[in-house]
Amino acid sequence: MPVQKTPAARPLEPRPRAIIVGASSGIGAALLRRLAFSGYSVAGVARREKELRELCEAINTNLPPGSGPAALPYVHDVTDFEAVPQLFQQIVGDLGGLDLIVFAAGAQPAMDLHEYSFEKDEVVINTNLLGAIAWLNQAAMRFDRARRGQIVAISSIAGERGRVAGPVYNSSKAGLNTYLEALRNRLSKRGVTVTTIKPGFVETRLLENAAKTFWVISPEEAAAQIQAAIRDRKQTVYVPGRWAAVGMIIRHVPSFVFRRLSF
Amino acid sequence: MISEEYGTSHSSKNLTHIPETLSLDHLEAVEPWGRASTSVSYVYRPVTEEQVAQGLELARQSGRSIGLRGGGNSYGDAAMNGENILLDMRRMNRILDWDPQTGIVRVEPGVTLAQLWQYILEDGWWPPIVTGTSMTTIGGCAAMNVHGKNAYQKGPIGDHILEFDLMLPSGEVLTCSREENSDLFFAAIGGFGMLGVFTTLTLRMKRVYSGYLDVYSQAEPDLGGMFDYFNQYMDSSDYIVGWIDSFAKGSALGRGDVHRANYVPPGADPAPSQSLRLENQHLSPNMFGVVPRSIVWLFMRPMTNNLGTSFVNFGKYLAGQVTGTKRYQQTHVAFHFLLDYVPNWKLGYGPGGLIQYQPFIPKETAHDAFADILRLCQRRGIPNYLTVFKRHRPDDFLMTHGLDGFSMAMDFRVTDQRRPQIASLAREMDEIVLAAGGRFYFAKDSTLRPSVVQAYLGSETIAKFKAMKRRCDPDELLQTDLWRRLFSEL
Repeated sequence: MPVQKTPAARPLEPRPRAIIVGASSGIGAALLRRLAFSGYSVAGVARREKELRELCEAINTNLPPGSGPAALPYVHDVTDFEAVPQLFQQIVGDLGGLDLIVFAAGAQPAMDLHEYSFEKDEVVINTNLLGAIAWLNQAAMRFDRARRGQIVAISSIAGERGRVAGPVYNSSKAGLNTYLEALRNRLSKRGVTVTTIKPGFVETRLLENAAKTFWVISPEEAAAQIQAAIRDRKQTVYVPGRWAAVGMIIRHVPSFVFRRLSF
Repeated sequence: MISEEYGTSHSSKNLTHIPETLSLDHLEAVEPWGRASTSVSYVYRPVTEEQVAQGLELARQSGRSIGLRGGGNSYGDAAMNGENILLDMRRMNRILDWDPQTGIVRVEPGVTLAQLWQYILEDGWWPPIVTGTSMTTIGGCAAMNVHGKNAYQKGPIGDHILEFDLMLPSGEVLTCSREENSDLFFAAIGGFGMLGVFTTLTLRMKRVYSGYLDVYSQAEPDLGGMFDYFNQYMDSSDYIVGWIDSFAKGSALGRGDVHRANYVPPGADPAPSQSLRLENQHLSPNMFGVVPRSIVWLFMRPMTNNLGTSFVNFGKYLAGQVTGTKRYQQTHVAFHFLLDYVPNWKLGYGPGGLIQYQPFIPKETAHDAFADILRLCQRRGIPNYLTVFKRHRPDDFLMTHGLDGFSMAMDFRVTDQRRPQIASLAREMDEIVLAAGGRFYFAKDSTLRPSVVQAYLGSETIAKFKAMKRRCDPDELLQTDLWRRLFSEL
């Protein structure tokens, strides 16, 4: 077997390397673009091959000349858990190392208030929670050894409480938050930063199935704020920031009130 | 275009090619000695020749390259191979044969200089070439073709290697000497581990008649004085090393201390068997009688900034000047292994670590070039904290850094803000060195670029080395971060 090509690196001018899981649309795609244009080598992982390849090609052809390709496409379905360890190892080898992983994949099927579809629920848990665990476990293990690195996951304001509109979507995000908190507690003493991103409403495909929306921002705006959170190695960040106040209120609404609310 | 290039190699059918044998259990974070970068490698530690062959086979099977690492004392990325396999050779550390009559020793590559001198000293021998630390391995020393403070007389370590066995990536083992496979002999020594794996090496040691050296130290007021001192004493001294206060400006530019040393002649030491004993060489575990050496780096930490080190450098110079020319005796260990004197002193440089920049410049142009370099560092506000000055001679090795001239090794503290500044300073210094006809040394390098290597080695040398690489390692199985950085484009 021919020896796989590892990119050359300059010790004093290292090029940061990232993986974005869920990179073909929405926040993931916007972040892929931003990171690639700010000097990262980024592996974009996504299920939809055509969108992903077009996105990466568009990025790479618009880079300043001589900088080499910055966006590498990898086609993968995050619910194909068994494939993750080898794909992860392969990608990190291709990038020549890893400094950052962003889990941005998410599913939120349309549900009405009286629907209890295990089929839909399974997709949500598999994508939002188990998919994240499959990928971030790999990154956590490596960063733990390397004693450096940054793990970022796009969770949601929806993980704060269980609401009538999305019992399982809320659960998946609540589970993700707790998982990330535990990773943070494990890894912060090992020099690893774990960043939980809690966006409000962002204009992505997930929003198509949301009932009422307000304070909606574009994926580009969200990606800009997430990039700042990555740069500042933040722990938990609401996007945009005003959702922090909403989150605070929601978390403290007593159950006897919450039961009477319709959202 | 780009997606095509990547699309094919990243398609899902290729994803299954990593065999189970490249186990995550072997994944380790690895640092260069200067700690200015980190990478993660699959580290294997062979004990036998057979296990080396297995390591090479594993690389072939897994489609990952394999790098060789000895003591890990290269300042930059010469013994790093991020995301690929690293063979840590330190467990292949047997001394296979030692003849105290002839001084010829045969060792495995993982034997350290510390191990070697302790084995031979009581018989009245010392390694002819030693590095500033005794933690280097003989295999690593040969691969980098290291030198010591006697480089102007004794050349690099390659000049004292009689023979070695080299395992090629195919598993074939070739014996190389000046007579047998001589082209490979002169290319693999100094070939930074790119042609094969040393499995045994035979070297000739140097006779010594005392456990002490006669040492003379003296302060020199400027760079000219430093050069004069070397020119005056190099014929009559066995070792000379200079230290430069890089903070001194104007007429004091290049001032510093010089140490020269001579072996004690036969008969001069009244009790050589006593002074050659190991106990006599060992450093006391405490400095100044009370401070454990192992924690001294902690006290250095607050000093490693421009102000702190300028005081330290000035103080050192002043002390040298006040005491005038001093003559004293020092053990071999105390004189040579200055870098071991304070264990882990590199930690004093903080989390960003340090890099070293060491140009080698012909004697005709060296004075002006070094003066330019010292002034440039001062102008850029990036003084180097430790500057060591040495004299060298040319040798016959293909990728040599040796020449009839001087070298100046400069340590720069690295911080996140300073990284780009140091990188651009290094580029400016490269220009000065190339214009002066200088060379560089892979064991120290973190900053060179392919174009600079092309310029100082010359196309012919590079073509010869590449041809040798194709012959020994057609699949480019042997790689390091340094190889990829400097040679993948050449």
